[in-house]
Amino acid sequence: MILLSLALAEEPEVGPGPPGVPPEAGIKAFEEQIWPVFVHPRCANCHPAGDVPLQGDEQRPHTMEVDRDSPAVGLPCSTCHRTEGLDLPDRPPANGHWSFPPANQVFEGRTAAELCNQLKDPETTGGRDLEALRHHVEHDTLVLYGWDPGPERTSPAVSHVDFVAAFQVWLDAGAPCPTDDAQGSM
Amino acid sequence: MKLTINGQVHETEAEPGTPLLWVLRDHLAMTGTKFGCGMAQCGACTVHLNGVAVRSCVTPVSEVGEAAITTIEGIGGEGLHPVQEAWIEHSVPQCGWCQSGQIMSACALLEARPDPSDEDIDAAMSANICRCGTYPRIRKAIKAAAKRREG
Repeated sequence: MILLSLALAEEPEVGPGPPGVPPEAGIKAFEEQIWPVFVHPRCANCHPAGDVPLQGDEQRPHTMEVDRDSPAVGLPCSTCHRTEGLDLPDRPPANGHWSFPPANQVFEGRTAAELCNQLKDPETTGGRDLEALRHHVEHDTLVLYGWDPGPERTSPAVSHVDFVAAFQVWLDAGAPCPTDDAQGSM
Repeated sequence: MKLTINGQVHETEAEPGTPLLWVLRDHLAMTGTKFGCGMAQCGACTVHLNGVAVRSCVTPVSEVGEAAITTIEGIGGEGLHPVQEAWIEHSVPQCGWCQSGQIMSACALLEARPDPSDEDIDAAMSANICRCGTYPRIRKAIKAAAKRREG
């Protein structure tokens, strides 16, 4: 609470949201229900800080020396990560469009403040504005996979419903960002 | 369901969740594609779907749809693919079990990188395992195949 109070005391510069959704509610939603999802292994493993995707809840480097350049030599993610079914133990998780995002879409190790500002910059969201991002986090099957990851993988502690609701609160509050000195990194 | 394999349409009554590997081997008697691990860890079962290398052991036949399947039996068309010719030239196989998958991955590599460096070969082929350790000959053969394709 002390940390949150510090954040509020700094009065972050945000646009006006709809009546009744103050910036502090948006910041609280971001810190407690949005940021933890993005930095969870189900999301961060394919948004790593380096060039190698990560595997498992322990976030070990992907086997087979797979890296960001693998698709360019004829080894795309979809070689092993297929679209459906057969999602059994020890097999690659499957989803319709398993892929490796560009190097500027890092989630791993981002503080809440860093991530927040990153999400508001279309240069680091694949060109998505905030409304497109909201649609993405609600409907994209690869996002939804994070809450149905098959055996031996955990999901974020925040449910998908709560995550999407928090995202809307954050948007309605004007997408305010916390400051780095108000919270730690993960 | 109908599958297009090596340019020919095949009918199969396989269950939708059957891995493509077993449809090829058990239902259609195309046994050039090998079972190695069953979990996309070794690459022995590699085929192409619309030119993209995929592990047939983790690909339910239901997701193939109208995609063109290419297997080791058809990669060379009516003859041998330059990669197959290079494999023979360099006596790559020892026991041979993984080699159809190695060749299919090598063909995908050369489509993406017609003149691959050692690093490209490592990156593209690192998910195909050979217990006989034929990797040095695989590297030589891929480079030879690249030259053959140029010619």
